[in-house]
Amino acid sequence: MSTAVLDTPREEKTEIVKNWKNPTILSVIAVISLILLGFRAPAKQVTFRLGDGIRWADIPNLQIPAVAYGWVAAVVMIALALFSLVLMNRGKKMPLILNVVFWFFFISGILVWAIGSASSSNVSLVSILSGALALSIPMIFGSMGGLLCERSGVVNIAIEGQLLFGAFSAVLVGSMTDSPWAGLLAAMIGGVLVSLILATFSIKYLVDQTIVGVVVNVLVSGLTGFFFTRILQANPAELNSAPKLPGFEIPVLSQIPVVGPVLFNQSVLIYLMYIVVGLIWFALNKSKWGLRTRAVGEHPKAADTLGVNVNRLRFSNVLMAGAVAGMGGAFFTLVSVSTFNADMTSGQGYIALAALIFGRWKPLGALMASLLFGFSLQMQFVLSGLGTTIPTELLAMLPYVVTILAVAGLVGRSRGPAASGKPYIKG
Amino acid sequence: MSVEETLQAQEGLAASATALGTAEQKTKDNPNPQMGEQYRPSLATRILGGGVGLSIGAMIAAFIVGGLLIAVTDSKTQQASQYFFARPSDTLIYGWRAASEAYVALFQGSIFNFEANTFVRQINPLFETLTVSIPLILAGLAVAIAFRTGLFNIGAQGQIILGAIFATFVAINFNFPLVVTLLLIIIGGLLGGAIWGGLVGLLKAKTGAHEVILSIMLNYIAVYLLQYLLKNSLQRPGNTNPISPIFEDNAIFPRIFGDGTPFRLHWGFVLALAAVFFVSWLLNRSTIGFRLRAVGANPGAAKNAGISVSAGYILVMSIAGALAGLAGALQVSGTEKVLNTGVAASFGFDAITVALLGRSTPWGTFFAALLYGAFRAGGTNMQVSTGTPIDLVLVVQALIVLFIAAPPLVRAIFRLPDPAKPRKKSAKKKASQKAVEAK
Repeated sequence: MSTAVLDTPREEKTEIVKNWKNPTILSVIAVISLILLGFRAPAKQVTFRLGDGIRWADIPNLQIPAVAYGWVAAVVMIALALFSLVLMNRGKKMPLILNVVFWFFFISGILVWAIGSASSSNVSLVSILSGALALSIPMIFGSMGGLLCERSGVVNIAIEGQLLFGAFSAVLVGSMTDSPWAGLLAAMIGGVLVSLILATFSIKYLVDQTIVGVVVNVLVSGLTGFFFTRILQANPAELNSAPKLPGFEIPVLSQIPVVGPVLFNQSVLIYLMYIVVGLIWFALNKSKWGLRTRAVGEHPKAADTLGVNVNRLRFSNVLMAGAVAGMGGAFFTLVSVSTFNADMTSGQGYIALAALIFGRWKPLGALMASLLFGFSLQMQFVLSGLGTTIPTELLAMLPYVVTILAVAGLVGRSRGPAASGKPYIKG
Repeated sequence: MSVEETLQAQEGLAASATALGTAEQKTKDNPNPQMGEQYRPSLATRILGGGVGLSIGAMIAAFIVGGLLIAVTDSKTQQASQYFFARPSDTLIYGWRAASEAYVALFQGSIFNFEANTFVRQINPLFETLTVSIPLILAGLAVAIAFRTGLFNIGAQGQIILGAIFATFVAINFNFPLVVTLLLIIIGGLLGGAIWGGLVGLLKAKTGAHEVILSIMLNYIAVYLLQYLLKNSLQRPGNTNPISPIFEDNAIFPRIFGDGTPFRLHWGFVLALAAVFFVSWLLNRSTIGFRLRAVGANPGAAKNAGISVSAGYILVMSIAGALAGLAGALQVSGTEKVLNTGVAASFGFDAITVALLGRSTPWGTFFAALLYGAFRAGGTNMQVSTGTPIDLVLVVQALIVLFIAAPPLVRAIFRLPDPAKPRKKSAKKKASQKAVEAK
């Protein structure tokens, strides 16, 4: 899109102004936190159960008084925000670790505050976190799919379509063959098919990539909705009830308190996610393919000059992205529930795209951003289950507001792959 | 000859002259010496291969694919296909019947219902189409005008919602005479949408954040804001459902043909039409429009020419938001007469395909919106009377845009001539003829 062209002349001029964004935003968030977490803290003890899933020891519960923790969190955040202002005044940036500390206190502070204001304040930390991890699976796979496309210079708005068609193919084939593995394979093939449309139109016919993406999403939504009503609903027992992917416990590792049951006692799709993210990170940064992909995404002409077939690499990367995003689609029908429903991905593909940009087009960044969205999704479920007094709608808004603040303030300076969205015409 | 006619004639001459000029230039610049002979596409070539032929070809192709989908998923056709090799005609007949019944129902629900007994009832679907197309026209314009400035406004959905919220706030809290209230509702809708859209423009201009991500996030925030307000200040008293009070008569746009007829078409349609004229004027005739188009065509060049790119982004997103917000206001106080969580339906997303189909021109968007309105109105009838899911309409809509966006594909399907290039076949023929002559 036009951003890349625009950013070049502007960057030098507003360098100083832009650097003030992060401290400003941290200060604003800190002040809001002071009011919310400190002054309006619920006078309650919040109990986190830590021992779920651990067999070798009895782990005590974590008792946190909401008022005290709220004040501690708010004061730490204010201090860090002031520190970042002072640093910026001297022309320095706050170290990453302190930023992480800031966000940790913000998120945990909100968590304690929100659970404290619910009618029942005793929750299992393990189930909250493992639920959050599970909910972020489609977004993680989706953002990885987006990453593979965008790093090689093709904008992928069609993540939503890839997820949805993956979910649909998974349930159809899974039910017909009665095998979740066949379903998973079908989900990947489904994602590839969607990618094939994206790649054909955007690389071969040079249609604007964003446009193809949006239209493909409409097409997939229509097709799956149509087949769902016409075929799946006509015979739900045989066509719309897939067996779930099995889960298993990794010995030893799963017995680490809190972390173990969350990370290592999960569905097989989640272990696959670890592998996929690791592989993409490694391949992108350490392999020949990764170097070529990044080159094609940043400066296709240079890559072409050195003998890389730009459009062929883009084509194969887009197809690969479809397979990855399709696996994310399998979450909906092979892990979460076992039936398909019209438009069941409910916009998570778009959130995955947001996570990708939030995560600065990097595998680990996108992973963290997806986890944040998954966490906030989980909090909505947890809090409405606990019977909270805070309006859940306002809480549900929070991750989107944070994303806007983050995109505008923190990652505003980072930019996407330079050639993303531009078709490459040789010559 | 009147002055206007002379002017027109001169314009025509000038146009043909420039056309000739470009044709000559093309032949001059043509690097391929073998094709150096004068090539001028014939009239038929230009019509068949140009915009009109392409659009019709794309629509036919999309409807054929849709028809195949209906036929393939039809239970009778499926049964007949089991003895396809014994009697193939059955499969074809059943398949044809299923597809044609669905399309007839689509037509009856959207344009003319020849099965109704009175003329008013027969023509009613057409007015239903116009009613449904009101939000599509306005939201489509909101997407189109942003496209022309080089921005992708995926946030029409949220802007519609904000417009509807503001309009409902006015409708519930003010009790003025009809015209005043309606004026306030219009202003409210424009304002609500403009804030939501302008926010995207502002953040994009000031921080360089990507407008797609900003508008997606604001869409979600708008949805949750609407849910929250419908449980609080905008909720109907004594009701636990998320729904607003029904609008009073002084806050409802009157029907154009009065209350005696079944036509739901209200004066909002005229407003939407006015918006088309306005955007058309703004983009093509005004200085602001020129600047916006310059920013869209080449932000770097626009900046060098002294046009503020940031101001352009903020302005165009505010205008786009205001248009979409007006769609929301008209939807609550014209068509629905109440605010609920489904107020924006999928208009904001349909608007993207509407703008694409209309090639981001105001009038193109208008006609595309009418077409989509027809699909929407007819699709409901198709679902009710033939059981064909309305999702088919989405498939056909998406395919039309895809096909139109890729002219080579449609040309290949229908073997339409390409006006930009001489026909390969004839060139080959000539070459072979020459070869024969040489021998």
